[in-house]
Amino acid sequence: MHMADALISPAVGGTMMAASAGLIAYSAKKLKNEMDDSKVPLMGVMGAFIFAGQMINFTIPATGSSGHIGGGILLAILLGPWAAFLTIASVLVVQALFFADGGLLALGCNIFNLGFFPCLIIYPFVFKKIMGSSFTRGKLFFATTLSAILGLQLGAFCVVIETLASGISELPFGTFVLLMQPIHLAIGIVEGLASAAVVLFIHTMQPEIIEGTKVSTSALSFKKVLATLVVLAAITGGLFSWFASAFPDGLEWSMFKTAGVEELEKPKNPIYGILESIQEKTAFLPDYDFKAEPEAAPPAGEDPAAPEPEEASWPAVSPGTSLSGIIGGALTLIIAVLFGFAVRKRKVVES
Amino acid sequence: MDLLSYRQTPVHRFDPRAKLIATLIFLFCVVSFHKYQLSNLFPYFIFPVYLVSAGDIPAGYIMKKIIVVSPFALMVAVFNPIFDTAVVSHVGHLGVTGGWISFFSIMTRFALTVGTALALIACTGFYGICNALGRLGMPRVFVVQLLFLYRYLFVLVEEAARMLRARDLRSFENRGRGLRVYGPLMGTLLLRSIDRAQKIHRAMVCRGFDGTIRITGTHSFGMREYVFLALWTVMFICFRLWNVSVLAGDFFVRLFS
Amino acid sequence: MSHHIIKADEIHFTYPDGFHALRGISFLITHGESVAIVGANGAGKSTLLLHLNGLLLPTQGGLRVGDYPVTKETAHHIKRSVGMVFQNPDDQLFMPTVYDDVAFGPLNLGFPPEEINGRVQQTLETVGAAHLVNRPTHRLSGGEKRRVAIATVLSMTPDILILDEPTSDLDPGARRRLIELLGTFHHTKIIATHDLDMVLDLCERTIIINEGSILADGRSAEILRDEALLKKSSLEKPLRLQGCPVCGKKKKTRR
Repeated sequence: MHMADALISPAVGGTMMAASAGLIAYSAKKLKNEMDDSKVPLMGVMGAFIFAGQMINFTIPATGSSGHIGGGILLAILLGPWAAFLTIASVLVVQALFFADGGLLALGCNIFNLGFFPCLIIYPFVFKKIMGSSFTRGKLFFATTLSAILGLQLGAFCVVIETLASGISELPFGTFVLLMQPIHLAIGIVEGLASAAVVLFIHTMQPEIIEGTKVSTSALSFKKVLATLVVLAAITGGLFSWFASAFPDGLEWSMFKTAGVEELEKPKNPIYGILESIQEKTAFLPDYDFKAEPEAAPPAGEDPAAPEPEEASWPAVSPGTSLSGIIGGALTLIIAVLFGFAVRKRKVVES
Repeated sequence: MDLLSYRQTPVHRFDPRAKLIATLIFLFCVVSFHKYQLSNLFPYFIFPVYLVSAGDIPAGYIMKKIIVVSPFALMVAVFNPIFDTAVVSHVGHLGVTGGWISFFSIMTRFALTVGTALALIACTGFYGICNALGRLGMPRVFVVQLLFLYRYLFVLVEEAARMLRARDLRSFENRGRGLRVYGPLMGTLLLRSIDRAQKIHRAMVCRGFDGTIRITGTHSFGMREYVFLALWTVMFICFRLWNVSVLAGDFFVRLFS
Repeated sequence: MSHHIIKADEIHFTYPDGFHALRGISFLITHGESVAIVGANGAGKSTLLLHLNGLLLPTQGGLRVGDYPVTKETAHHIKRSVGMVFQNPDDQLFMPTVYDDVAFGPLNLGFPPEEINGRVQQTLETVGAAHLVNRPTHRLSGGEKRRVAIATVLSMTPDILILDEPTSDLDPGARRRLIELLGTFHHTKIIATHDLDMVLDLCERTIIINEGSILADGRSAEILRDEALLKKSSLEKPLRLQGCPVCGKKKKTRR
């Protein structure tokens, strides 16, 4: 469920980072107004609890596999939406830094997918709505399970959107959705049941912990959240298209895929010109890959809609550069490693 | 991991802000490449290699960690060769499809981004990163939250491990490991955690806690940091603009022809 | 120096769930005294300690620390003069590094930043933990944690030290070193504990609490010999006062 840096484009990573940073700032502000200071250690310990809780698992009958708790909705029930969002965000930061679970750039995506939906959408508009003002165990069970499932479904869907918008993965939308949603439905049910079991236990032992959060969330209005979402979407969209025009990366390529036409005009930067001139120079080399170029075209032409020019116009994939690329890549790698040894050696000599 | 960050090397002594910003620029540069650009990525390995070697961090340890977390990226990347079968390049007489190039591109990015993130934390420490985040304008509540989470992570994980051991020692053939036991087990851990939070709050109040936590910064952003940041930024941008791998390869090819 | 005294006058405390934890406790502890508070699990020791620096307020009766009655308004002064070391050092040490934790109190008290550094160093030297200053708190050993936990309180220069079970979970060596360290302090000390051998070493006075009220209050040397009294409050004679199981001889009380 955690997105990795390798799969997102800077446009998507950047926008989601901005969105999540904004949400963190907003939650922090909200929290400052309503918080008593005993929540400071409580949030920290609850974050650690989510970690520890994911170590404890239970066996799912008749399958042999095991499940554990999700976190978002449980935290929202215990801490209220704003504190829960910050707590989830902090958990994800630690996961990204220490366990390399989800990357640093993808952090924005992950905070949004796993924090925003359960804490700030599902909790106030699903969980609270179902619970109403009276607490019965049946309602509590139903609301917790359903919220966990819905939260995860929204998050998983967002993963699909973000991955596809980045254009790194080749998975078609339909396939990806069909892959992600059912898997996360299963995970959601398991997590939902687990969360419900914990919530019910707490409710038996110390009902005030669960019923106590009733008051703090009343300030959250649907309209406000909707308005915030619209503004966020607008900013996201704006940033997105700006990025997309600045970097001819993900979007253009998906366009090329559907249209079957290479749309990548030579970018305005002088770099590409330089790159091309380098490429031209390589063409003068009496090397076999130069001669290979005309031969290379026919097999690529299997797809009649993708004619030869495609190869020449994108330097990175032309045969002329691929040999140099391989040799050069190996070279730079070796240089990097040697550099590392040199640094270390020097230090040993010093000490 | 954490112990590594208490070593004393020049890299460790840099202001965490400089390292964090450099890493972010690095990440942006790396992921901004087109999915078919593979060779452009290789020069970037110099940054994690620098952090690892100058920071005196065991490289094998970082590599092991990268491999451990690779399955998700691998799972998504592995579809590229399947869906993208257009031949875009030839090595000798072997046709290389775009899918394979982007597959390797994804895996290379993955190694770069994850490796650098791990190297960063190993030579800065979590506390350093939090400090940097706070000084770069992250809300205080969130920075404090990160610090507290990190502090009690170890305590609660140990507690959970003890409870788990106690359950498993008395469970047989899946009896005792189901949801019926899980609820109370987790619930107990949760109640204990809440209790612990209350005790911590008491300990804080006893020492004059009034809602804000004052953190002393030990690093300063001096000349060294500016040079560090400028040098790496220029390097990253150069790597972004020119394909150093290809340049080096050309030079090599020309040398021997 | 009247501000180092603690005077409890018939204090009662009932928890919100209705548990009547303290049922009329009175004592007077004067400057420089070292007092042990002992009693069975659940006798009310911890509840009593929480009253001494204003974390809990008595539901009935009065408590004075130094010149102030303990109320919500005076809690700030009380916290400054009463340093409390909790039983579990993991609860006490919540900051990321030893330095930050020891500096936490002084910073909150508003000491000038340039003074903090020296204060932290000096306090850590006092407890023999100066070498740990940059270590993360979660990486310390049990004994180290205790020392640092005491330093976090000492750095605020309290007049009165309250320690809850300072020797629990320590290995014998660490326990011995801690007892020696505590012996060097000249603060008014109040120690809640089950470790009666430590009481013999450190405290001239002992208060036994049983089911929320004081069962006995007097010189440690006398109280800790009274087997009937100890048995009544789920305690046992300190090993040092018991006959030697091998040779049957009694050892001397003090080294």
